[in-house]
Amino acid sequence: MLESTHLYLASIWFILWGVLWAVYFALDGFDLGVGTLAPFLAKTEEEKRIMLNAVGPFWDGNEVWLISAGGVTFAAFPFAYSVMFSWLYTPLLLLLFALILRGVSFEFRSKIENPSWKKLWDTCQFLGSAVPAILLGVAFANIFQGLPFNADYVNPGGTLELLNPYGLAGGVLFLVIFLTHGAIWLAIRTEGELQARAVKTAKTLWPVLLVLVLAFLAWSFVGTQLFGNYFQYPILFVLLLLPVGGLLAMRWFMAAGSWWKAWFSSLAFIIGTTLFGVIGLFPALMPASPNPQYSVTIHNSASSQLTLSIMLGVALVFVPIVIAYQAWAYKTFATEPVGKDDMEY
Amino acid sequence: MDVIMLSRLQFAAATMFHFIFVPLTLGISILVAVMETMYVRSGNEVYKRMAKFWGHIFLINFAVGVVTGITLEFQFGTNWSKYSAYVGDIFGSLLAIEATAAFFLESTFVAVWAFGWNKLSPKMHCIAAWLVAGAGNLSAVWILIANGFMQNPLGYKIVDTPNGPKAELVDFFAVLFNPFAWNEFVHTVSGAIALSAFFVLGVSAWHLLRKNEMDLFRRSFRIAAGFAIVASLVVAVQGHLHGNHVAEIQPAKLAAMEAHFETQANAPMYLLQIPGQDGNVLEALPIPSLLSILAFNDPNAVVKGLNDFPEDQRPPVVITFLSFRIMVGIGTLMILVAGLAWLKRNNIDDQKLLLRALPFMIPLPYIAIQAGWIVAEVGRQPWIVYGLMRTSDAVSPVQPGQVGTSLVAMVLIYTLLGAAGIYLMARAAKKGPSKA
Repeated sequence: MLESTHLYLASIWFILWGVLWAVYFALDGFDLGVGTLAPFLAKTEEEKRIMLNAVGPFWDGNEVWLISAGGVTFAAFPFAYSVMFSWLYTPLLLLLFALILRGVSFEFRSKIENPSWKKLWDTCQFLGSAVPAILLGVAFANIFQGLPFNADYVNPGGTLELLNPYGLAGGVLFLVIFLTHGAIWLAIRTEGELQARAVKTAKTLWPVLLVLVLAFLAWSFVGTQLFGNYFQYPILFVLLLLPVGGLLAMRWFMAAGSWWKAWFSSLAFIIGTTLFGVIGLFPALMPASPNPQYSVTIHNSASSQLTLSIMLGVALVFVPIVIAYQAWAYKTFATEPVGKDDMEY
Repeated sequence: MDVIMLSRLQFAAATMFHFIFVPLTLGISILVAVMETMYVRSGNEVYKRMAKFWGHIFLINFAVGVVTGITLEFQFGTNWSKYSAYVGDIFGSLLAIEATAAFFLESTFVAVWAFGWNKLSPKMHCIAAWLVAGAGNLSAVWILIANGFMQNPLGYKIVDTPNGPKAELVDFFAVLFNPFAWNEFVHTVSGAIALSAFFVLGVSAWHLLRKNEMDLFRRSFRIAAGFAIVASLVVAVQGHLHGNHVAEIQPAKLAAMEAHFETQANAPMYLLQIPGQDGNVLEALPIPSLLSILAFNDPNAVVKGLNDFPEDQRPPVVITFLSFRIMVGIGTLMILVAGLAWLKRNNIDDQKLLLRALPFMIPLPYIAIQAGWIVAEVGRQPWIVYGLMRTSDAVSPVQPGQVGTSLVAMVLIYTLLGAAGIYLMARAAKKGPSKA
């Protein structure tokens, strides 16, 4: 067991760990959504380029939140990092390969005027966006549900077992969340027919999202221990205001045509939903099922008190700076629809 | 093959591939920022077109470099989970700080730079260029502090936990100011700048021979020639000092670099030497005391030989020895060529032979840098953390099939990326800058 200051620090880091994942989903979520929507929404080459350029200035900075979430797991909970990434070896590498192909497809596709060249990188862009969205959902649903750890944390090779019904439901939920988030972003950043299609997509996806969220919550209630902390400390249910409020506000602002506000509501919904799950896990980063004694928790995986304190100092200084310049970049590049001058890709 | 060998291959493939693209990112970003500064100060449009042209190549290179870097952070968890659990307290925090303090800045401002030509003032745009260059090199600081810990672990103690023993941080400043890490940093970054300068020299020479955009490429050539000569001299001089440090801290690596088997004072260096893992197959033409001088700046110094290390603590000799010679050989050639380019920089149009040779020089610094990392990393074996943890104890409890499959997939994907990236860069370099 950790001593009280140490435990306090580890708990703070647990929350920050959840926040980092939440911010990552909220930011990379919309550009993964746009990448998945591209083949369906863009009718012409120019529309396709507009869609890519709508996320062009942002996707790279967004993805660094994933690196940070990974890095913070490594720094603050090294044992959790080692179990999480080696246990989830195959899906994680699949996720990385997908993100790699997607990342270069932005830069590569418009460099050569040749239909089959473009087709190749458009396929990479699509798979590289849809596959991570689904895999992240599958991974997190399996974590919510608990992983079948044994005493030495060896995965006997059961990667396919992650594709259980609850895991797959998580994958579909994440995909639809990101698609909606992306469609809203396109409604902000495009004009004319393309925008009309984006608006229609967002409005069509919203009820699907609502049904999926309710179903997933009900399933989590029955099939996981996620609600344990909430029933122990009912005050925590206040947290639900963020995702529920975000989800409802999203639809409200869609109807009003206030797309920025709808996007921020979607942002709040994603952050709220992630935090709701993460707080349900506490103090485990990865609960073990059916043997809770093998759970990976802040108690058995936290770094030393010194490392946690230094990292907290670093985070308190740098994270506000990062948020400030990323907000500045969004303000500089996202205030108007994508124009002809902005077509870098 | 077992999981250890497969994981080593996978990590080697991932890092070496990543490091085809990293040095140009580190160096050319500085050159672009210099060019853009000259534009802002002089108002001369040719510098703006220069910055755009070299920046365009930088962006293609950066795209491949950045996506392949992501894999590396996660491979510590996927393939080396025992290592991660053992030293994560120290090593993990360095990677996390790198992401928070440097990588965010670089990734955000690369996009600001690429998309910002019409949205920012020239001055602000130039600041973005410097932020990209600064952040990229700041990333290198943190990554090399992390690597420095693997080479020369400092500032830790070993504690027992329910999951077994692990290294815990006790002195952050010892980790931060690890002299080995800073030696590696200077060596790596000056090498990267030299590589980038040779890249710019080579491409400029190609265009100058073809009388293409003479003004722009003459100016590019002059800037790069200055960087090339200074950086290649720094790499060499500092490399020698770094070698002294290796001799002191990692004697087994030094012995492998020189295939030096018998411990002796006044250790010679052989002009003709063919090494084997257990002894030299051939050694002839000794220069007395030279090895003692190079390693310790003292002809009488005793240099410990591989035979005095237990067999299971010797690095692979042949690879380390050959890589070291390739690195030093190319480095020496680079100093000569860079010196020549610098001397002739003001009437470079007439130097046909030099202009013809320079494009062929472009691959050489790449080979030297790869060879240098082989010396550093293979020479550290069998340790993943020198003297503290063996590579064989660091590997994840995963199935060989998983690692094998992902290794094949990775090689295929990286080959596709590498081929496409290098093709696009060559194409952009040959096409030259866009008109006005």
